[in-house]
Amino acid sequence: MLDSERNQSQTFTRRTILVAGVQGLAFIGLGARLTQLQIVEGGRYKTLSENNRIDVQFLPPLRGRVLDDQGAVFAENIQDFRVFVLPEQIKSIDEAVDHLRDVITISEDEKKEAIKRMKKQNRFMPIMIRDHLSWDEVSAIELRLPELDGVQVRIGLTRSYPLGGNSAHIVGYVGAPTEKDVENNPLYKIPDVKIGKTGIERLYNDPLLGTPGSSRREVDVRGRIVRELETDKGVKGDDITLTLNANMQEFISQRLAQNARSGSAILMDAHNGDVYGMISYPSFDPNKFSVGISHQDWQIYRDDIAKPMNNKALSGAYPPGSTFKMITALAALEAGVIDEGTTYYCPGHFDLGKARFHCWKPQGHGTVDVVKAIAESCDVFFYSLARELGIERIAAMARRLGLGTETGLGFSEEAKGLVPDKMWKRRRYNESWMHGETVNATIGQGYTLATPIQLAVMTARLVNGGSIVKPRLIKALGDHMQPSPVFPTRSFDPKHLDLILQGMSNCVNDTTGTAYGSRIWEPGMEMGGKSGTAQVKRITKAERAAGVRNETLAWHLRHHALFVAYAPIINPRYVASVVIEHGGGGSSAAAPVARDILFEAQKRNLGDGGNAS
Amino acid sequence: MSIIQTLDPSYMSLQDKWRRFPIMIFLIVAMIGGVGVMCLYSAGSGSWSPWAFQHLVRFGVFYVMAVGLSFLHPRYWYIAAYPFYTICVVMLLAVDLMGVIGMGAQRWINLGFMQLQPSELMKIAIVMALARFYSHRTQEETRRFSSLLVPAGLMLLPVGLVIAQPDLGTGVVLTAAGLGIIMLAGAPLWWFGAGAGMLAAALPVLWNFMHEYQRKRVLTFIDPESDPLGAGYHITQSKIAIGSGGLTGKGYLEGTQSHLDFLPEKQTDFVFTLWSEEWGFMGSIFVLGLVLTLLIKLADTARLSRTQFSRLLVMGLGINYFLYIVINTSMVMGLIPVVGVPFPLLSYGGTAMLSVMLGFGVIGSVCVHKDVKLPRG
Repeated sequence: MLDSERNQSQTFTRRTILVAGVQGLAFIGLGARLTQLQIVEGGRYKTLSENNRIDVQFLPPLRGRVLDDQGAVFAENIQDFRVFVLPEQIKSIDEAVDHLRDVITISEDEKKEAIKRMKKQNRFMPIMIRDHLSWDEVSAIELRLPELDGVQVRIGLTRSYPLGGNSAHIVGYVGAPTEKDVENNPLYKIPDVKIGKTGIERLYNDPLLGTPGSSRREVDVRGRIVRELETDKGVKGDDITLTLNANMQEFISQRLAQNARSGSAILMDAHNGDVYGMISYPSFDPNKFSVGISHQDWQIYRDDIAKPMNNKALSGAYPPGSTFKMITALAALEAGVIDEGTTYYCPGHFDLGKARFHCWKPQGHGTVDVVKAIAESCDVFFYSLARELGIERIAAMARRLGLGTETGLGFSEEAKGLVPDKMWKRRRYNESWMHGETVNATIGQGYTLATPIQLAVMTARLVNGGSIVKPRLIKALGDHMQPSPVFPTRSFDPKHLDLILQGMSNCVNDTTGTAYGSRIWEPGMEMGGKSGTAQVKRITKAERAAGVRNETLAWHLRHHALFVAYAPIINPRYVASVVIEHGGGGSSAAAPVARDILFEAQKRNLGDGGNAS
Repeated sequence: MSIIQTLDPSYMSLQDKWRRFPIMIFLIVAMIGGVGVMCLYSAGSGSWSPWAFQHLVRFGVFYVMAVGLSFLHPRYWYIAAYPFYTICVVMLLAVDLMGVIGMGAQRWINLGFMQLQPSELMKIAIVMALARFYSHRTQEETRRFSSLLVPAGLMLLPVGLVIAQPDLGTGVVLTAAGLGIIMLAGAPLWWFGAGAGMLAAALPVLWNFMHEYQRKRVLTFIDPESDPLGAGYHITQSKIAIGSGGLTGKGYLEGTQSHLDFLPEKQTDFVFTLWSEEWGFMGSIFVLGLVLTLLIKLADTARLSRTQFSRLLVMGLGINYFLYIVINTSMVMGLIPVVGVPFPLLSYGGTAMLSVMLGFGVIGSVCVHKDVKLPRG
């Protein structure tokens, strides 16, 4: 009995040691696991736990302003009141919006947007219902806030263009990034970030945008913000100072409005290429776009035959007409085809085989030299150069003076224009070049196309002594003044350039000149220039006989009026290029506008503030 | 020897009992309970409500009860063993039936002041019943295969009822504790080897009987990252919490995982995680050290007990407590699948605490009376 009990006790002790051993092993296992988790991999898990709790919210940076050369504001950010609801505190979004509708107007679209936003975003983030509240609406909401559950009014920032539409084509506007934009740049995911859609806003979007700030917040498992940890406000975008002068812009815009239903005008420094004025008329209100344009407003812009959304100063490509004659003349002079004494007789027409080319003056100009040919715009003089000069040398000179390629401002809408030559025609039509086409090309008709900015550049390169000037719009980026551009020069014979300028001067200041009616009276401020008329619809012989004249055609079929000019005639400083779409003759419709622009520019002494060459 | 002792060999004076009272064991239990209160204070974001205060009150009441029970003669446990077992089986049946007759699947009986989980009490009852069964079996009888029938029945009945709830975790604990006692009683070791082999063979069958959610738990345990936001989420978050505690922890009340609710069930099954996050490796080892010391003390107590009933009782209860801790901590550290087993005295919950403290009361009474023999028969 005792033996058996002792036996049992011994068995129990042995088995207890076995159990204790197993337990000990288990605890060693637990200890090892703790060591692994907390000591060996502790750092990794610390990071994971930080990632769990820290939510980084990016804040849109303050967008830089766009300023004129004197600091006037083209684009800025203004405070904007927005109404939000907190999803946590409302029963349903439908009900919340309907309650708000008692106080302010909310369109069906805005309601749908709000519902969409609610589905997309975190449950604890406020949902924007409407922005751009008026003061009356804000006070109406504040007044009834006690009965409006979960409603909040917050202040946001909106892009504003205080000067309105004058410069809208250049400055551009901003809008919400598209899904594709977001794909290309994750920065655009930041709520409330706006990006430039057109113009400078788009071209210089990156410096304007700045560096986004961030707010690190501790969140719980449901994403509810427990506390703010730190906030980095980000870096404000750079202000961009343009070469444009806001007052000049206003002046040009109003001047165009007097003469044109549609057109454009450019005022540029002849030496450093600073663009003081660039207007495409009519324009649009960029403020409508920065807040999201309504369908009706968009339709009005879209259906206007004057195409207010197009930047005609850069994207309008017109046959340059007689403004091209300086190119032909210079090409002939430089090639030695003519000199200052060379004359041709103009009987009012020019015969090439069976074809007859008319001069604009049916009775003819009589004996014409190169100066008179430019001043009086004699077509026959230039027709006569065609055979000996040839299209290749005309095209080469056109390119040297800036035609046929973008001027380098960077705007995507800028047209290249067209400088035709034999290779181009072969490639384009697979046909050989006809001599008659050269005849047409000498006076800027036929295939040739140029934009208003190219014509301004061409004029500047003629009058500034041959420097290959390019236009520029950016005067300063942030605090950094852009360096004054240095341009290469072309070795044109100064005597030849003098002849061209003499022709342009006579065109305006000589009683026989085609633009004599548009001269500047002020001594020392006189301008030189050259008109051009771009055919939209060719008037046939039969029509001419039947008495059809350009002025009697429907507006959209009438000729475009062109004028390029410079001033003053001694040491020219400014060039202007004016296109009045469907305005008829260049001398009558476009020249007075160019005159007023150049006169105003000289009175204002634009560009003398330290950046003139 | 006094006259009373002569008349009743089991008689001890109150002084004698105090002298034998296992201070060490109760000190450790108090410390573990204190850690529990601290954890729940932190789980309530530094507040006595909703858990810490109630935990403290309950612990106090059960602690006093356990101390009181220590002065009861172990023969009462011997006498109560089978009736207690029977009551627990009936309660388990009642809970299961409530589920069947449409009161919703439940694991507890509402007593008004607390939710009583019969399965937790069963953990004590099965130890007592098996200890009683083996207390009068000789080695020879124990080694006889036929003598396994009754213990097997005693085990299978509650295990079946618990698994039917369904509560796989408690089923495993009951089975393991029961097998532990059978082994300690002296059953041949090869039975267990053979049993393990048969279990391995039966696993595929068991898989078929498992609920979808249990299978999912096993699968996500094998690869928790495969479903980081679903079933594997709890394990992943718990590991992050423990791991991010590092050597010294994030500081009391500073556990971000727990306080920002990344940690599920931080006041019950994952309470050890909360402790580990805030007190780090040092704190975790401290708590596990307390438990290990306690287990060593229990083994020692069992070894020194005079009767087979006492020995089996203490050791069985020790195994029981060991299983709770090991299963719970292994689960929160991602060593085993998520099973609903609390960390007694740390986790918020009445019945597990009652069950464990009842156990310590029983252990106390064995300690106090370790030199006293039980009447036979």
